[in-house]
Amino acid sequence: MENDTDNIIEVRDLVVKYGDRTVLDGINLDVKRGEVFVILGGSGCGKSTLLRNLVGLMRPYSGQILFNGRDFTKMNDEERVETRKKMGMCFQGSALFNSMTVGDNVALALREHTDLEASTIDIMTKIKLELVGLGGFESFMPAELSGGMMKRAGLARAMAMDPHIIFYDEPSAGLDPIVGAGLDMLIRKMQSTFNLTSVVVTHEMESVKLIADRIVMLDKGKVIGLGTLEEIKNIDHPFIEQFFARRPDAEGEDTAAYLESLTNSE
Amino acid sequence: MSAILGNTGRATLNALYAASTVCVLMVDTLNWMIWQPLRGKGLRVRSVVEHFVEFGVRSMPIVGLICGLIGVIMALQAAHTLEKWGAAALIADLVGISALRELAPLMTAILITGRCGSAITAEIGTMKVAEEIDALNVMGLNPTKFLVVPKFLAMLLAVPCVTVLAMLIMILGGAFAGVVLVGVDPVVYYNQTAGALTRMDLLSGLTKSFFFAVTICWVGVFRGFRVSGGAEGVGRETTSSVVTSILIIIIVDLVWTSLFFSQ
Ligand SMILES: Nc1ncnc2c1ncn2[C@@H]1O[C@H](COP(=O)(O)OP(=O)(O)O)[C@@H](O)[C@H]1O
Ligand SMILES: [Mg+2]
Repeated sequence: MENDTDNIIEVRDLVVKYGDRTVLDGINLDVKRGEVFVILGGSGCGKSTLLRNLVGLMRPYSGQILFNGRDFTKMNDEERVETRKKMGMCFQGSALFNSMTVGDNVALALREHTDLEASTIDIMTKIKLELVGLGGFESFMPAELSGGMMKRAGLARAMAMDPHIIFYDEPSAGLDPIVGAGLDMLIRKMQSTFNLTSVVVTHEMESVKLIADRIVMLDKGKVIGLGTLEEIKNIDHPFIEQFFARRPDAEGEDTAAYLESLTNSE
Repeated sequence: MSAILGNTGRATLNALYAASTVCVLMVDTLNWMIWQPLRGKGLRVRSVVEHFVEFGVRSMPIVGLICGLIGVIMALQAAHTLEKWGAAALIADLVGISALRELAPLMTAILITGRCGSAITAEIGTMKVAEEIDALNVMGLNPTKFLVVPKFLAMLLAVPCVTVLAMLIMILGGAFAGVVLVGVDPVVYYNQTAGALTRMDLLSGLTKSFFFAVTICWVGVFRGFRVSGGAEGVGRETTSSVVTSILIIIIVDLVWTSLFFSQ
């Protein structure tokens, strides 16, 4: 490894805005090498936005994102491309390239970023697909797969370049509990087989219990808890209590708060 | 009053923003089309060929058919007036010059906008909505190199090629009408056509079609990247992509024609 610290990602005072509206407000967190780190929070609290900043799809308003000790926000394009080869990302809607076969989706990064021979790439593609339980599906089009299979194929694509870290945006959202649990097992398996650092965005308590080493809890753009599941549960905060008890907001309260958050821009 | 000023200001800002986005996109495309390939970063030749087949070869039947029919219509319309003066043979001049200078490039551009400009917007827009553009970025693959450059090169090749075909068929359509329906002597018609057309007419039409190609591709790509908010966003941008593209084509045509004829 290029860096001796335990932390593969360090986020310092991250502020993200859409226009005038602050969505993330002073986020601080570390992701340790080899752990499954879960980003937990209600819908619309900025989980996906945080993830998009971590992989460099958005530029933050202020703050730092250190990847292996180097500031991701200050890299030039070529350094960023190099860094990205070590990252994989699974999107909420899988984001497979619809015009290509599943095999080509997985092989694309290898074809573009390496000088490997076509036969080697074919073999590597097969291996990655078998890893996620999709052996033999190389020649299928993404539209021919079920929702769970598409997410698995997305994972195989993210694993193609043997990344150091992998990001999942709501991996089990929109799937039935059985398929969702299968994906959770797969996330755990990737972590234990390859010692792969995983950052998982979710709002589902069941999968948090299954996969999380450490958790960051977000609410209204701020970190309200950081630690293991037990530590988070013991924090005395009305939102955490409500979240774990699955208790709804009082009628109208949530929409009023949402409207306020929209208009409350500096 | 302040509302009017505010709206004018906002509209100006939006226009400036759009213009700056287009410029950035343009510089980026030229970079990935010329500079990066020279540095050995590769050009996706196969993708260029595939797009050329889609934009060019597959457009030929419909463009040919429509331009042939327009040739016939032009000849018949012209005959109505010219025959009164006993100058039916001049149909050849009229059809030939209009086809080369104006109608073949314009009709080709408009038809390819409808067929391919809209498809470009829809493709890029759908990819954006489905986070496929983000996926490319995260994988360290540049969307401009991947999606824009092949389309741009293919369009630059395809539109002039199809335009030449359109010119030819439009003249043939006119000749058919002039000779068979109006009764002009074929030899006279041929000589009239050959005598009327200059290399300048051809050049003027082809240069135009080159600018039309740039317009079709730009508007399509720009609108595609602007898509937001799901499937209906794709539909909205696709429709307005076609309208914008045709409007700009006509404006480019006007500017070009006035420059060409003022000399
Ligand atoms: N492109 C955007 N432009 C403006 N606001 C956005 C955009 N994307 C997300 N938002 C807003 O930012 C907030 C956080 O969104 P997001 O990160 O997607 O939440 P989550 O993934 O936690 O559900 C939401 O209130 C959403 O409305
Ligand atoms: Mg989300």
